Amino acid sequence: MTSTVNDTGRSFAYGQAALIERSLRRRHARERRFRLMGMLAVIAAIGFVVVLFSSVLARGLPAFWQATITLDVTFDPEVVDVGPPPEQQADQSEAAFQKEMNRWRRGLALVNWNKLIEGGLRKAIGETDASKRDLIGLVASGERFRLREMVLQDPAIVGTTRQVDLLANANVDVWLKGNIDRSLPDSRQQLSGDQQDLADRLYERGIIHMAFAKSLFLNVDSRSSPASAGLAGAFVGSLYMMLIVIVLAVPIGVASAIYLEEFAPKNRLTDLIEVNINNLAAVPSIVFGLLGASVFIGWFHLPLSAPLVGGLVLTLMTLPIIIISTRSTLRALPPSIRHAALGVGASRTQMVFHHVLPLAIPGILTATIIGVAQALGETAPLLLIGMNAFVASVPGTPLDQSTALPVQIFLWQGNENRNFFEARTSAAIIVLLALMISLNALAVFMRQRIQRRW
Amino acid sequence: MTVMDTTPSSAAVATDAVAATAQEAVEAAQPAVEREIKMAARGVNVFYGDTQALYEVGIDIANNEVTSLIGPSGCGKSTFLRCLNRMNDTIEGCRVEGSITLDGENIYDRALDPVLLRARVGMVFQKPNPFPKSIYDNIAYGPRIHGLASGKADLDEIVTTSLEKAGLLEEVKDRLDQPGTGLSGGQQQRLCIARAIAVKPEVILMDEPCSALDPIATAKVEELIDELRQDFTIVIVTHSMQQAARVSQRTAFFHLGKLVEEGETNQIFTNPQDQRTHDYITGRFG
Repeated sequence: MTSTVNDTGRSFAYGQAALIERSLRRRHARERRFRLMGMLAVIAAIGFVVVLFSSVLARGLPAFWQATITLDVTFDPEVVDVGPPPEQQADQSEAAFQKEMNRWRRGLALVNWNKLIEGGLRKAIGETDASKRDLIGLVASGERFRLREMVLQDPAIVGTTRQVDLLANANVDVWLKGNIDRSLPDSRQQLSGDQQDLADRLYERGIIHMAFAKSLFLNVDSRSSPASAGLAGAFVGSLYMMLIVIVLAVPIGVASAIYLEEFAPKNRLTDLIEVNINNLAAVPSIVFGLLGASVFIGWFHLPLSAPLVGGLVLTLMTLPIIIISTRSTLRALPPSIRHAALGVGASRTQMVFHHVLPLAIPGILTATIIGVAQALGETAPLLLIGMNAFVASVPGTPLDQSTALPVQIFLWQGNENRNFFEARTSAAIIVLLALMISLNALAVFMRQRIQRRW
Repeated sequence: MTVMDTTPSSAAVATDAVAATAQEAVEAAQPAVEREIKMAARGVNVFYGDTQALYEVGIDIANNEVTSLIGPSGCGKSTFLRCLNRMNDTIEGCRVEGSITLDGENIYDRALDPVLLRARVGMVFQKPNPFPKSIYDNIAYGPRIHGLASGKADLDEIVTTSLEKAGLLEEVKDRLDQPGTGLSGGQQQRLCIARAIAVKPEVILMDEPCSALDPIATAKVEELIDELRQDFTIVIVTHSMQQAARVSQRTAFFHLGKLVEEGETNQIFTNPQDQRTHDYITGRFG
């Protein structure tokens, strides 16, 4: 600036500019500091997410591959001495035939299947002085029933030799994956010295190999045979509960939100209701579990451990979330759209259902998904209605006993077979996370589709 | 709003003389014009909670006339406009006293359904607010919900004539299935006018319909308002005094919630009776 000192007007302007410039430097510095802090916060947040995911993935992914023994099993007719299954004779009554059939099946159940496995193992290993107990101990204890299932399905295989994939015992899996300190003396190992040796030899020869753990998805939980414990029961239980939450919480929540926001008069009562709904959203979820236990089980005598009760409890928990987010979505819509509808003579109901609701659907969808995802991951209330029971079957209806994915994670986390279940737990967490991420992806996809219409 | 601090004495002397002649002119003119009263407001007070927004407003709105409501911001002209089709009902804590009649029937009567009222008294808003639907559906919506069309062909006819009356048909006839929100601002406002016309209301209320439009679009809408006067009674709120002068036959000046003066537009602009009107139209405040 080319100002002279005695030019009062300009020097005033110059002085002011200098003043502003000095404060500007301070203001810019403040902005830079704030930006830096914001960036650091984002980096920290991303860092935590990365650490969380990588630790879960690092622990859980190996569990998707499990030690599996591929054996040639000879279905020796002398061991499987039940003969061919009975066939219905022309003069035989249905009841008599069923009786024969049951006798045959009982015989099948009493067969010493372990002997077949032992035979297969001895053939695979060759010369060994390992005891029968050590050999059988290499295979997960539940696997012998797979052989029975095979015969039941196709009785003709008796007398033949088939290649069978059997899950190895959980301890073998852990041993081969190196999750056990091999330097510990035999007395402190789960596997005997012979078994350690055999496992290593079979692994080298490829008879024991790592195969994709289908059992994780297809089997139900198991205590006697940890290697074959799976998530099927918990998965179906969670699915039932999610369905119940969606069927109950979404219509009730959205309808209440619409009524409160668009129709209800604003007075003390509705204010009170609003405050209470907000408070309900902050109530610890375990309290909803207590409520469910006393109301649904105590009064209505619904069955314990049933997905129906779990779904109802989670519905109560999800309702405030859906109501609050739907209301804020409705409130965020421009009033011009309401005026436009009312201006051409639409009734309040027509305004809501023809114009407001279609615009609010993306927001409502997001609210729903957030609510359902939260319900899906909820554990505490389910513990109080007995869904932490050990259930070794896939629930056929929502009234059957069942557990849920997060509860299964909780149960596995506490399993005494730490070495094996640590990975299993992380694998279950991965399944749960994958389910949630796909739910969210679905919500985003649907929102995009709906929004594109306009 | 600025408060006048001019000494009233000199202005008052000048206006007294003007007022006297104007009064004679009005008295002479009134019997000559046969006005058919469509809507009449008497003693209208409006409250938002504890604040009073309108004081004892009384005005007659005649058939096939454009009545413009002018006044500084916050003077209550939009509030009064919204009383005429009970849009104020939707505002929490709004209370209306007094009587407003449509063809002699009190519109605040409990027996009168506001939905029917709004079908008879349509409205165009300050900001163009087409529905996020196709142009066709925007216009067809009103007739559809009121059951005004007997079939698809009838509905098509209503849509076409409404667009034609709104002077929009030529511009959009090839893209009736396109979203109404994709039109330009001026087109959107004419679409909103077409949407209002489609219900065949008796009165159309316009709340600063051109305030969001450029001068060319404004000119089109003003032209349209003049044409619509043949079939409808129009009440328009405007901030532009030139607009009021151009489009309206009668003008009402509101100030601080009171109706200061109402009369023929020519008279209001050339020969206002009230000092405040005079000051407003000469740009002394507002």
